[in-house]
Amino acid sequence: MAGYNLKEVMSKPERLAAGHRMCAGCGATIGIRAVLRALHEGDRAVIGNATGCLEVSSFMYPYTAWEDSYIHNAFENAGATLSGVETAYRALKKRGRLPENENFKFITFGGDGGTYDIGFQSLSGAMERGHDMVYVCYDNGAYMNTGIQRSSATPQFADTTTTPVGKNSNGKVQTRKDLSAIIAEHHVPYVAQTTFTKDFKDIYVKSEKAIYTEGAAFLNMLAPCPRGWRYETSEIMKICQLAIDTCYWPMFEVDHGNWRLTYEPKNKLPIEEFLRVQGRFSHLFKPGNEDLIAAFQDEVDRRWEDLLYRCNK
Amino acid sequence: MSKKDRMSGNEAVAYAIRQVNPDVMPAFPITPSTEIPQMVSTYIANGEMDTEFIPVESEHSSMSATVGAEAAGARSMTATSSCGLAFMWEELLVAASNRLPLVLALVNRTLSGPININCDHSDSMGARDTGWIQIYAENNQEAYDNFIQAFPIAEDTRVHLPVMVCQDGFITSHAVENILLEEDADVRDFVGEYHPEEFLLNPGKPVAIGPYAISAYSMEAKYNQEQAMIRSKEVIMEVAARFREKFGRGFDLFEQYRTEDAEFIMLIMGSAAGCAKEAADRLRDKGIKAGVLKLRVFRPFPAEEIAKALENCKAVAIMDRCESYNGHGGPLSSEVRAALFENRVMTEAVSYIYGLAGRDFTVDTAVSIFEEIAEVAGGQKKAVQNRYVGLRTRKEQ
Repeated sequence: MAGYNLKEVMSKPERLAAGHRMCAGCGATIGIRAVLRALHEGDRAVIGNATGCLEVSSFMYPYTAWEDSYIHNAFENAGATLSGVETAYRALKKRGRLPENENFKFITFGGDGGTYDIGFQSLSGAMERGHDMVYVCYDNGAYMNTGIQRSSATPQFADTTTTPVGKNSNGKVQTRKDLSAIIAEHHVPYVAQTTFTKDFKDIYVKSEKAIYTEGAAFLNMLAPCPRGWRYETSEIMKICQLAIDTCYWPMFEVDHGNWRLTYEPKNKLPIEEFLRVQGRFSHLFKPGNEDLIAAFQDEVDRRWEDLLYRCNK
Repeated sequence: MSKKDRMSGNEAVAYAIRQVNPDVMPAFPITPSTEIPQMVSTYIANGEMDTEFIPVESEHSSMSATVGAEAAGARSMTATSSCGLAFMWEELLVAASNRLPLVLALVNRTLSGPININCDHSDSMGARDTGWIQIYAENNQEAYDNFIQAFPIAEDTRVHLPVMVCQDGFITSHAVENILLEEDADVRDFVGEYHPEEFLLNPGKPVAIGPYAISAYSMEAKYNQEQAMIRSKEVIMEVAARFREKFGRGFDLFEQYRTEDAEFIMLIMGSAAGCAKEAADRLRDKGIKAGVLKLRVFRPFPAEEIAKALENCKAVAIMDRCESYNGHGGPLSSEVRAALFENRVMTEAVSYIYGLAGRDFTVDTAVSIFEEIAEVAGGQKKAVQNRYVGLRTRKEQ
């Protein structure tokens, strides 16, 4: 997007107000504010939210941090709930009960627990039915709200409270579920994987596309969690950059079936760079665990090659 | 002008849905309610109504989407049975606590297991404490009439609670009976338009729904919800009165059949009330003063009204088409007994379990129950509580 201007974008009015109770340095709120900046001025939105950190910290009765209409229903049904809202919009428009010049957009946020796991069915149903909405997963790689339990988005070997590192355990046994690819296989108009780096252009452009592409769209956004990942809060931008430069979190989009890399690191960094800055992987750097890092690297490489193939690289 | 027709309970409810033409209807198929979304889809396909139908991927999602649509400002409803209702349990509570006036057409079917598709009330009875108004029908006519009354009850500003309109699976839902249908315009006029005060799609007036509330606020929300349930009783009666005035039929909280001077009353819900009434007629022919109290509204529970209706009888048979697995009888039994005690009506009350998972309930069985409670009242027999009627004997096994 030629016209992207960081200063201009950042000076748009905030649609998630200050004063919410998310942790200092939380990746989710940084990303969500970035997504909401892509809404065009004058357009209204209904925001959906699966139960999770974001919900319990942004809408604690009698206060809400949301400038737009907002609905939290439960943990596993953000997709279905917003599909009801979006359908209501079409019904009311059709029946002349909403002014014709009023445009509403529908965006729902869920953590990886509410999206990859318990809300997977509801998400899949909403995507398959093609509701004109965007589902944004803020993927922090574990059930952070309940205290850092593993999810299917948790990377292999991560130390979580249900995959604790111990004498007989090196953390999570399994590798991550590739949800972005799974949703892409629903053949919805737009799917993208993103995070926030440098000038926030990638997340802005993808959010705008997701919101303004007709039909169902899915954004998977890496959102580091300082509590769960165990890093200094000031390190967040560096960690996101390492996630994409190691190809742990590739940046790509699937626009009407067309797979495209949106960022290709000039020098693909070894995965240690990403792992070393996080306390949840500290056990991997103990002598004798070199094979675990090698296994992690192999999986990252295999998936990266697979993605390059899909993107005709 | 009413029109005579014949149709099944499912057809009657689908016909009423077409007439009401709600804004949004998400639904997922499950026997025996499947026909309702099927028929609605056909009406839509043929241009006879224009509700936005969402073919969701589960009942949890059907209630979730109904909650979303209703919160957005659309008149919304769904239909289900049995395990479908069980699967949407969490959402039943969310719908009620968010004070969303949506409607659920429930076709009663037993819960697993063993898996069985036939009628009992274990699905809706299990949901009795989820904050929903529950109205039960004896036949297709009442299923139709109750459905039409559901939206005006739910949407009344004194209420703002969801309504479950229940009919018995197969017995009512699939059996074809005579029915009086009302004109579309009359039904629409009765139901009225829906103009919610607060909704997500209100331009320039955003609203946030579904908060986290700490202990300092949650208890008040629950208290207010209960106050709405208490207030709903008068609204249900007002709407029933308005319906009676316009269409000439219907009951308030319950129907009293030959109870005026009755010494022996059977308290029952749903389709089995027909057998109970026939049994009462036969006993009356023999000079035994039998009557039937058919409960229409289970939530809110008309405790005082029931106690008053039973205060002069010698014995009542309380009929549960549902087991509570508490070693202490079915839910109707527990609530009626509490109501009797609270109102100091010390009549003989004998509780029975009948008709589970579609087991037949016959007029002969009803007659034998009347005879049994008469013996209990007369002191010839000691009451046996919570007996299963119609159970196979050891020989039959």
